[in-house]
Amino acid sequence: MDWLPTLWFILIALLWTGYLFLEGFDLGIGMQIGLGRGGEKHKRVLLNTIGPVWDGNEVWLLTAGGATFAAFPYWYASLFSALYIPLTLVLVALIFRAVAIEYRGKAQNATTRGLWDLALGWGSLIAAFGVGAMLALTTLGLPLNENGDRVGGPFAWFTWHAVLGGVAVVAFSWIHSVAFLRLKTEGPIRVSSGQRFIRWMPWCVVPLLLWSAVVVLAGTSLAAWTLLVLAVVAAFFAWFSARAGHEGRSFIALGIMLVGAVAAIFVAAFPVVLPSTINSTFDLTIYNASSSPYTLKLMSIVAAFGVPLVLAYQSWSYWVFRKRIGEKHIPEDHLVTSAVK
Amino acid sequence: MDVLEIARWQFGITTVYHFLMVPLTIGLGLTVAVMQTVWHRTGNEQWLRMTKFWGKLFLINFIMGVATGIVQEFQFGMAWSEYSRYVGDVFGAPLAMEALLAFFVESTFLGLWIFGWKKLPRRIHLATIWCASLAAILSAYFILVANSWMQHPVGTELINGRAVMTDAWAVFTNNTALVTFPHTIFGAFAVAGGFLLGISWFHLYRRRKEGIDTIDANGRVVVGEDLSKGRVRDRTDHKVWLTSLRIGAVIATISFFGVALSGHEQAKLMFEQQPMKMAAAEAACHDGTGFSVLTLGKLDTEGATTCDDVVAVFELPGLLSFLANGDFETPVKGVNTLIPEYQEKYGSHYPDDPAFGQYAGEEISYLPVMEVTYWGFRLMITLGGLSAVAAALALWITRKGTVPQSKWLSRLVLLGIAAPFGANSAGWIFTEMGRQPFTVAPNPQMGGVDQVFMYTAASVSPTVSAGEMLFSLITLTLVYGVLLVVELVLLTRYIRGGTGSAMPELLEPEQTSGKDPSDDGDVLAFAY
Repeated sequence: MDWLPTLWFILIALLWTGYLFLEGFDLGIGMQIGLGRGGEKHKRVLLNTIGPVWDGNEVWLLTAGGATFAAFPYWYASLFSALYIPLTLVLVALIFRAVAIEYRGKAQNATTRGLWDLALGWGSLIAAFGVGAMLALTTLGLPLNENGDRVGGPFAWFTWHAVLGGVAVVAFSWIHSVAFLRLKTEGPIRVSSGQRFIRWMPWCVVPLLLWSAVVVLAGTSLAAWTLLVLAVVAAFFAWFSARAGHEGRSFIALGIMLVGAVAAIFVAAFPVVLPSTINSTFDLTIYNASSSPYTLKLMSIVAAFGVPLVLAYQSWSYWVFRKRIGEKHIPEDHLVTSAVK
Repeated sequence: MDVLEIARWQFGITTVYHFLMVPLTIGLGLTVAVMQTVWHRTGNEQWLRMTKFWGKLFLINFIMGVATGIVQEFQFGMAWSEYSRYVGDVFGAPLAMEALLAFFVESTFLGLWIFGWKKLPRRIHLATIWCASLAAILSAYFILVANSWMQHPVGTELINGRAVMTDAWAVFTNNTALVTFPHTIFGAFAVAGGFLLGISWFHLYRRRKEGIDTIDANGRVVVGEDLSKGRVRDRTDHKVWLTSLRIGAVIATISFFGVALSGHEQAKLMFEQQPMKMAAAEAACHDGTGFSVLTLGKLDTEGATTCDDVVAVFELPGLLSFLANGDFETPVKGVNTLIPEYQEKYGSHYPDDPAFGQYAGEEISYLPVMEVTYWGFRLMITLGGLSAVAAALALWITRKGTVPQSKWLSRLVLLGIAAPFGANSAGWIFTEMGRQPFTVAPNPQMGGVDQVFMYTAASVSPTVSAGEMLFSLITLTLVYGVLLVVELVLLTRYIRGGTGSAMPELLEPEQTSGKDPSDDGDVLAFAY
């Protein structure tokens, strides 16, 4: 059953890719609402493009975490405990973000709403940065001892790798959400997003491609090189098709760039899931970090049934809410008045 | 405080907090689904209003459960990495399944439900709330499978120093899980029942206080109306609250029987599987048959290795044996009988292993903190029982169609909403603290030290510092505190707003009445 850990490595890579693709635009829209400019109606249009789907998208993160726990407990334990402080911040960010999405519309005045916007904006930014840093570190290494525990203190993780990964996911999420808005809105937001995309896209994909290149360079995998080249080609295609006015095509191309870049990272890292920067004999690999074949088999059966089902009903929910929205679709605010005298 | 203590406080605080939101989500979700079904079948406006109003409160609460749930999954790896390594092969599976098979459904279909009003065909829209609320119950099952395995590990062997799953069927049909599941679900419905009852009582009371509803000579309600602008105090409004109240009271009463029966089964299993927890629940130092009503003395047994200076002031003879065995004679083992048994099986001192940190080589205290187990157990039973009696009384009091015009009673009922929440928390604190000093309690049928079990002292992340742990404890506690206030403020505002808070169209009839709804088909039926 040698192929089981490999299968789960692929599945977890897929879950992370799915998470970055789907929650990428959610996080970017959170940043745009909280940290960008625009009137109240404008912000509500942005929020409602992800309104029905953001929570389902976030479950990809939970599933990636849960699957790592189940399939590679040593990877899960070492990575999460090594990144104690940054993950605490990610958790707080995700909490504020989720609550802000649900509660900002329930604010009774502009001040409270402004606070929720800040929570949403910073929450999205910090969550994106933290997840990026975590993924970069799991591919580029942490100072782990032979038990897989971090040495060097609470901030031993803070390296340029972490910053690169963090910036990569923040920048990608932001530009991905700009591309998403082109598809999901009508009127001025669609137009301005189009201009913004053409102007900023080349800059926003650089950190992600750079991170991918760093991992690929460290390895010797030809497949990883191919994927990276594919990602770069897709990036060019995304930009040129955006310029030619093909909104859907450039969105898909940007998505392919993400898939290519992340796949290149995981393929290049294979079979190491978390390298130790102290001694490569302490590296966690898919073989020494994985669960028993029995558990992996059980989880494979569950995934074979569960993953297609999730993809089916999530796709359906995107289909249901496929219509573009603009400011004219946003209902008037209503203040809750007390029914009791 | 050392790392272990801080990590335990953090796990306790975040888990108890998360489980304030969870039972309400579970209980209220299915209740709302039933309400919408009745509306779907009858077309009766009253049930639409109930669906929308309770659905709104459900969502305000749901999001907090979502937000705090992520912390739960992450902190095993963050703060309890040794535990995660040891149990991952078994414990990770139900957690991953929860996310993949249940939480995905819940989140996606709730999104469809919230935004799908008037967008989805009515029948399909109804199906979305059923999918979401049943998925919440499935979630509970997976999480309880994981927790029950910590209480009573089955289907597992110790291989190369870690627990390895050998029989998934045994893990997923663990008898501990099968009795804990109904206990928890009924507990959740008790919470939802109390919630419906308390809030509906408040509105019926306000209708009476404001002179809208009156009572005739026979004590029967005379339902009135207040149709002034911005008020939804029509006759249907009365029906909304009266029906909700009675549904809530019935749910709470039935749930109590479910909780009690499943709790009895749990006690019998606990007596077999975790005898020390049972003894600590009773603060029983010596073997006995009586259920303690009041025990005083030295219950603070933190770190203790014997039990003494505890006096049972008043006992109900035979009842403890009935709870544990189903008869009135067989004595239940006390702490002082059990400690030597545990020491013989699992050793009297922690292994001299760096994994145990400062506890390496120390004497093991097999005795949970009895202050917590004894009073936690009693608080759970008392609050649960009181809520059930109150619910049954409420059914009787409201038989003539409204509530008494008593301010104090109304306040008491509102306060009573907290009782089932308290019972749930107390029960969980009892069962988790009662499992100490283990994170994975040993399965007594499996023998000694060479079997699957884990000490809490060896479960924390070895190189995470006390400073880091304290940072997250303080941060999360502050954030949770602030958000609890926010949630309560919002809930209060929407509760006081009545059905109009969830259905603004009720407040502005003149705006919508003249228009065909299809005219403004462009405007979203719901938007953030």
